[in-house]
Amino acid sequence: MIEINVNGQIHALDIAADTPLLWALRDNLGLTGTKYGCGMSLCGACIVHVDGEPMRSCVTPVSSVVSKKIKTIEGLSTDSSHPLQQAWIAEEVPQCGYCQSGQIMTAAALLAKSPTPSDADIDSAMNGNLCRCGTYSRIRKAIHRAAEIMRSKA
Amino acid sequence: MNAIDTRRRQFLKASVAVGGGLVIGFVMPTARQAMASEPKDNFAPNAWIRIAKDDTVTLIVAKVEMGQGVYTSLPMLLAEELEVDLTKIHLEDAPPGKEYIDPILKFQATGGSTSVRSSWKPLSEAGAATRMMLIAAAAETWKVKPADCRAENGMVIHKTSNRSLSYGQLAESAARQPIPKKIVLKDAKNYNYIGKPVARRDSPAKVNGSALYGIDIKIPGLLTAMFVPCPVFGGKLKSVDDSAAKAVKGVKHVFQVENGVAVVADGFWSAKQGREALKVQWDEGALAQLDSAAIERQFEQATTQIGNIARKEGDVVTALGKAAKTVEAVYHAPYAPHCTMEPLNCTVDLRADHCDIWVGTQVPAMAQEAVAKVTGLPNEKIKVHITYLGGGFGRRLEVDFITQAAAIAKLAGAPVKLIWTREDDMRHDVYRPASFTKLRAGLDAKGHTTVWEQHIACPSIFKRYMPALLGEEGKKVDPSSVEAAADHPYAIPNVRVDYHVTDPGVPVGFWRSVGNSQNGFFTESFIDELAHAAGQDPLKYRLQLLAKQARIRGVLELAATKAGWGEPLPKGTGRGIAAVFSFASYAAEVAEVEVSANGEINVKRVVCAIDCGSIVNPDTIKAQVEGAVIFALTAALKGPITIKNGQVEQSNFHDYPLLSLVETPKIEVYIVDSHEAPGGVGEPGVPPLAPAVANAIFAATGKRLRRMPFDLSTA
Ligand code: FES
Ligand code: FES
Repeated sequence: MIEINVNGQIHALDIAADTPLLWALRDNLGLTGTKYGCGMSLCGACIVHVDGEPMRSCVTPVSSVVSKKIKTIEGLSTDSSHPLQQAWIAEEVPQCGYCQSGQIMTAAALLAKSPTPSDADIDSAMNGNLCRCGTYSRIRKAIHRAAEIMRSKA
Repeated sequence: MNAIDTRRRQFLKASVAVGGGLVIGFVMPTARQAMASEPKDNFAPNAWIRIAKDDTVTLIVAKVEMGQGVYTSLPMLLAEELEVDLTKIHLEDAPPGKEYIDPILKFQATGGSTSVRSSWKPLSEAGAATRMMLIAAAAETWKVKPADCRAENGMVIHKTSNRSLSYGQLAESAARQPIPKKIVLKDAKNYNYIGKPVARRDSPAKVNGSALYGIDIKIPGLLTAMFVPCPVFGGKLKSVDDSAAKAVKGVKHVFQVENGVAVVADGFWSAKQGREALKVQWDEGALAQLDSAAIERQFEQATTQIGNIARKEGDVVTALGKAAKTVEAVYHAPYAPHCTMEPLNCTVDLRADHCDIWVGTQVPAMAQEAVAKVTGLPNEKIKVHITYLGGGFGRRLEVDFITQAAAIAKLAGAPVKLIWTREDDMRHDVYRPASFTKLRAGLDAKGHTTVWEQHIACPSIFKRYMPALLGEEGKKVDPSSVEAAADHPYAIPNVRVDYHVTDPGVPVGFWRSVGNSQNGFFTESFIDELAHAAGQDPLKYRLQLLAKQARIRGVLELAATKAGWGEPLPKGTGRGIAAVFSFASYAAEVAEVEVSANGEINVKRVVCAIDCGSIVNPDTIKAQVEGAVIFALTAALKGPITIKNGQVEQSNFHDYPLLSLVETPKIEVYIVDSHEAPGGVGEPGVPPLAPAVANAIFAATGKRLRRMPFDLSTA
């Protein structure tokens, strides 16, 4: 049995220790907001937070995250009220939407560290998140907008 | 106001719904033909619109949502004419059925940038007719004239007395009203939704992880399957040693099926472990030695002769003889993969006498047919549940993975979700065809192009997908292989474009903008070469050859003005322009490209102008064009897909990278204000991008790149 803490809940899983966190989340916990895109740490669709850091769950063995705090897109807010979620809707970022959980989780980790990110900060944080639909310009705008929303609330 | 006479076109039908609501059915033009042979009183069009007693309005959507915004734009069309609140319209995915055949594509599909084009008229007319019937019902109740009533926000209101009845209250009596003889559409100036930026209805679910894609489907007892095909195209399964695979914890079955091996397990990870433990022997077949160089030789050899004629005007031979100057060039485009971000998958729950499938597909009817073929069940026993598509781009017009899933489910005796890995997707795609063209043009003493000769060698998509469209033997021309070449808009008196079907054996399919993607590059780069040969500005040169083509001139001029065409740029930076007509829309793009001292290509800015006729949701149009630019940039700058030993050499995003955020240029999109019939929006932004970039690179460096992806180190 492996115990993991996801979105504040402890789950005991009877799975192989080398199972990537991605598949523990999707297949065992039914948290399908975290996506599979490449399985090789190349696209960012599977990004979740582990103790606040963005991690590629497709290459993160579940055994390496016991006793750590995991947050998925489902745990970002209970009601889509996170400034990034609001900004994503306002800027009409998603097209097919498949990459967007990973994009938002990466951006959330960025904003937690740098509440007023520059374009260069956004570039270096977001560059590993691929979007085949090509929503990049809007992602950039939405991150700035979310930062503004956060400032106005502070 | 537009009045439409419906008397000769019995395409609408109203009926009372179970429970007393109103059901409006109508038939799309093509389906009308398909159904014409059936007896008249069998006329029972499928429901498209339902108004229930509790005021709910439901629209059946015969298009799937793959990011192009149809879950918003199609209900906008209805909301506008019906006078209801857009956000209150419920959507229901259309089942497979000939009533839902697309009138442009002539089969039930989402593709070819047809969604709004096909739905605009029928949805607007059905909405307007329904509104008129609701008004008639209210007028009858109040014993007043319909002209004294108006419809607003789901209510009919009597203008003078201010009495009102809701659509739900009126639904049943409206169903008994005759279909209006003349349908009166709204004046564009009174539009509430059409032409205004409307919030996408699918966004909220796409920012919190709740949007369900095929890969997310959960049903009790579901197993995960992987399918291992022969890595060599056309190869066959010889034998498999599955002992190690079966020993993997969680693996339930290993089957030989569909000319490959399937591993079925309790989850993705165990299926993948099982798959990696397989020892498979393949009979690699005839293509075991095939490589990219050999394919190119096939193309080159084919084009040493004149092929099947795709376009012929004037006398090319004589005109070439008379030309003051001739220009020749050879262009290449490689195979290109779709790389939908959501890998292909399909869930099948097969029972003794019925079957449910969940799949992100662009072709629900073909999906049903594919499962019927494998299972032997009649079509109507197969229910297709449509999910969100994590990208389509043409890949989900195919049913290969659906057939595999059904075949595996049949053997597994349990519900199965087949998931392709990214590697499966990259190596077993139906690629945008590699293509090759040889061009020769002649200019007169003043620099006017008087003759255009073009040979195209390109594998045919239709040969497999819709052979009937290819034409008769000996004259076969695949329209998708020659579009944007054979139909280029330039006024050149002598033209010959010929075509060679070449079939190296690599599967090919529809890829966002199809043949326009490579032919647009060829044609629009070569025109640029001709402008330079004539010593003229590429924009002016185009405009003068397009004297009678107002709409394409319009987008060229708009893009050029917005981009500051002709204004000086720093050294090492160049501007290029290109315009392509595709999917009933006109698109022009100006690219600004900086080339570093060591030949790195940096696309800094892309200015797009699109004339797609009437505008439904302007922000969606912008988003689609932005996305098209990125999609096309990946193909212009990344890759290519190469073949060695009959296999695709690339496997994942490390060796076939997609354009990233840092590489994204500043993109500006300008939409031409128009009241023409709507054109396509999802694809037309793709074709002008590659030539605009190549032309900009030429402007910056004097080097002409005639092969995608662009690489200055080999130029
Ligand atoms: S699925 Fe993990 S990075 Fe692509
Ligand atoms: S929105 Fe489709 S991949 Fe990003």
